[in-house]
Amino acid sequence: MSTQTINLTLKVWRQNGPDDKGRLDTYHAKNISKDMSFLEMLDVVNEGLSKKNQDPIAFDSDCREGICGMCGAMVNGHAHGPESETTLCQLHMRHFKDGDTLYIEPFRARAFKIIKDLVIDRSAFDQIIQAGGFISVNTGGAPDANATPVSLEKSSLAMDAAACIGCGACVASCPNASAMLFVSAKVSHLALLPQGQPEATRRSLNMICEMDHLGFGNCSNERECEAACPKGISIQNIARLNREFIKSSLFSTPSV
Amino acid sequence: MDGVLQFLNQSIGKKILMAISGLGFCAFLLVHLIGNLFIYGGQDLFHSYVDHLHALGPFIYISEAGLFILLCIHLSMAVTLYFQNLVARPTTYVMKRNAGGRTLASGTMPYTGLIILIFVVIHLITFKFADHSQRTVFEIVSSALTQPGYIALYVFAMIVVGLHVNHGFWSAFQTLGIDHPKYMPAIRAFSVIYSVMLGIGFGFIPIYIMLLSLR
Repeated sequence: MSTQTINLTLKVWRQNGPDDKGRLDTYHAKNISKDMSFLEMLDVVNEGLSKKNQDPIAFDSDCREGICGMCGAMVNGHAHGPESETTLCQLHMRHFKDGDTLYIEPFRARAFKIIKDLVIDRSAFDQIIQAGGFISVNTGGAPDANATPVSLEKSSLAMDAAACIGCGACVASCPNASAMLFVSAKVSHLALLPQGQPEATRRSLNMICEMDHLGFGNCSNERECEAACPKGISIQNIARLNREFIKSSLFSTPSV
Repeated sequence: MDGVLQFLNQSIGKKILMAISGLGFCAFLLVHLIGNLFIYGGQDLFHSYVDHLHALGPFIYISEAGLFILLCIHLSMAVTLYFQNLVARPTTYVMKRNAGGRTLASGTMPYTGLIILIFVVIHLITFKFADHSQRTVFEIVSSALTQPGYIALYVFAMIVVGLHVNHGFWSAFQTLGIDHPKYMPAIRAFSVIYSVMLGIGFGFIPIYIMLLSLR
């Protein structure tokens, strides 16, 4: 059986560097197999560009199996493309029709600088994690694995939150470029577990403080993040983050 | 004091103030609506309600001061958050589509809010600060609400209020951290019911008064 192929018109955002103004360039992707992933399609286009001695389209990717959070672009106005709970690398060309025109743009936010074309600098997320998205574990003998009981419900919720791969689709799709879903997933993941308790007060305050400081917008409960998240992270995590914030800012003992 | 400043400095702190003041307005709208329903009982019943309300004396002034404080909080936070959100994405997308979360109500909150603010100013000038020495409240209301321009403005403004409450009500609970699969569907459903109730409840009054004058 021969593989079905499609022809596409791509309108791709090209930008030489953070200070370049950027523009949309048009490319024709011909004979694209419907079995290809979106990134493989871009690879084919780039191969054609390289053969013509043109600068290939820069984009990020790593695992290409939807678990690393490295890839991501806006496809026709949707973060990671129109399929729900799918990263760009797991988006297959069978979801597109022959003759389609695709607008491909980088994730946009003040806190995410464009490095080149579709490649963005997401180190702002790392800075938020550094501000509090961790637990401190002293070295020594390994504690008994079952010494700290965790209920199934809590561990399931924590695992759901921990599914966040930090791709930035929440920020990209939020009308306000808010990072609340990301921060809430990271805070929830630790706040639900006993190991996260000792630093819980400082964690939420410091991470929110860093998030604001980096220039992300404010959450207005539009729920676009939840709809765009490739890992299906719920905004119930944002409510939990809000509760953690209230607990920390209004009901905690000030640190000495 | 440092704690208060820190609270206000952070995005969630501002949003919590937005939420509490917004819920305050939601409660006020309910009281206002119940009062307005006396109009359907005719001039005498409405005036007896107005007299009872005025008989409350200082309580009215305290409530008015409270509403003014709520307005100051809601407005100042809204303006701050709006402009912060505007600068959070300096370059906009060439193409952006909704992922499925955004609604007409949620996407227009700053604009419906601005329309409500303008309406409230007009509303206060027309009724509250009108000359009450010559005419009764009922006469002021019925003379204003028989002019087509006012009727259109009032009906439009009440649809806008309904939209604002539609997103604002459940959103306030979410911001206050009250979101759980057990009761969030009920809060969201109530948000829709409440906004429709306010829209119809308030919006039908100018139409009723117009119909009354046509008889």
